[in-house]
Amino acid sequence: MPGRKKELNFEEAMNRLKEISEQMENNDIGLEESMQLFKEGMELSKYCNQKLDEAERKINVLTKGADDKVKEEKFIPEEE
Amino acid sequence: MMYDKPITVSQLNAYIKNLFLCDDLLQNVMVRGEVSNFIHHSSGHMYFTLKDKDSKIRCVMFRSNNRYLKFNIENGMNVIISGNVSSYERDGQYQLYCNSIEPDGVGSLYLKFEQLKEKLSAQGYFDKEHKKKLPLLPKRIGVVTSPTGAVIRDIINVSTRRFYNINIILYPSKVQGEDAAKSIAEGINYFNNADLGVDVIIVGRGGGSIEELWPFNEEIVADAVYESKIPIVSAVGHETDFTICDFTADVRASTPSQAAEIVVPVYEDLKEKIYDYKISIINNLQNNIDNIKKLLMHLEKTIELLSPQNKIREYIQYIDNIDNKIIYLNKNKIKSYRNELMNYINKIDNANPAKILSRGYSAVYKDEDIIHSIHDLSKDDKVNVLLKDGSFNCLILDVMEGRVCQEEKRN
Repeated sequence: MPGRKKELNFEEAMNRLKEISEQMENNDIGLEESMQLFKEGMELSKYCNQKLDEAERKINVLTKGADDKVKEEKFIPEEE
Repeated sequence: MMYDKPITVSQLNAYIKNLFLCDDLLQNVMVRGEVSNFIHHSSGHMYFTLKDKDSKIRCVMFRSNNRYLKFNIENGMNVIISGNVSSYERDGQYQLYCNSIEPDGVGSLYLKFEQLKEKLSAQGYFDKEHKKKLPLLPKRIGVVTSPTGAVIRDIINVSTRRFYNINIILYPSKVQGEDAAKSIAEGINYFNNADLGVDVIIVGRGGGSIEELWPFNEEIVADAVYESKIPIVSAVGHETDFTICDFTADVRASTPSQAAEIVVPVYEDLKEKIYDYKISIINNLQNNIDNIKKLLMHLEKTIELLSPQNKIREYIQYIDNIDNKIIYLNKNKIKSYRNELMNYINKIDNANPAKILSRGYSAVYKDEDIIHSIHDLSKDDKVNVLLKDGSFNCLILDVMEGRVCQEEKRN
């Protein structure tokens, strides 16, 4: 399962998390499945939190250098 | 004409043409009418007839003029034409040479807008099925707009307020004037082709006149938006401005600020959502365990109820019950027997002669026989009288008949 989790992006992980919380509302699922889902859910919530917090603030602008090559630079908006 | 000599057709037509050219009024006319028989020739020139209810005139618009047309000429369209009237020498026909054509009634840009909208709509550019979903949490937002002005500033401010660690890359484009449409389209294409990790694009500009917003109504922009593999949010002008770009985009925002609100989630909201899911999962696990425990207890009880031990216990209880019943019944029987016995004993006791004697009565014997009646006695008989504490002998002096005692009556 950790392998599959790695491939999920934030949105997929959130969707799966929602799915798990809904599945667990079902009283008919067995203890084993319940434990399994619980474990996956806890991992996913940790993963989602991680994803949210690992983002890095970056505000750049594309500019053309002297060599005509496009490069990225930090963008500072002009004052009002 | 003043000569008697005949002239050629060419000479005549040249003369006539000259007449037109010398007439100032005909060199600068504005004519209103309806377009028919419209032909856009492969040479680029346009040929059609302008008519009203009763009359018509042939018209031509050369390529050099018609390339500035802001809308497509169609049959049945009411137009106002500025131009000059002259004759076509070769055919000897006069016609209206068009310099410019405006739609009669509505503005030309409006008409062009409507025409392009209709065309692209027919091509499926605005179809719901084509609209792409925006990512929940964009990795990188590509913005195509002017690097100066309020738009990019608003987008950055709103985005940052919602999610501080946001990643924005700006493609500085022109947003009005001649090359703007091309520049906007290039920006969209650049994000699609360069590997910058952009997963959503905002394209837009601030408010302005219909001419200023016009680049966003150009087909080249619509094409770029339609073909983009990255979802696009269009935010052009104010809430009341609708552009072709808006229609083609996956999502239309009424303003650039709103575009940022649509694209960027609020950090705290997501955190809360994750937390809610987590709590719900924990609670549900607890519930599930509780339910399973309850079920287990129920099963245990059922099994116990069905166990042989319990069966035996039940039988024992049954037997005990019967036993108790028997004992109870027996006890009653014994009690009633005992009562009966006591009755008899009492009765017997009461009948004991000694007891009668103790109450003060006496018994009379003659020759060992008890005397019941005076008829058993005669004068001078000897009798023995028994009392409770002894006896004495008597001699009968006299015998009297008749009831003398209450006690006797009872006996």
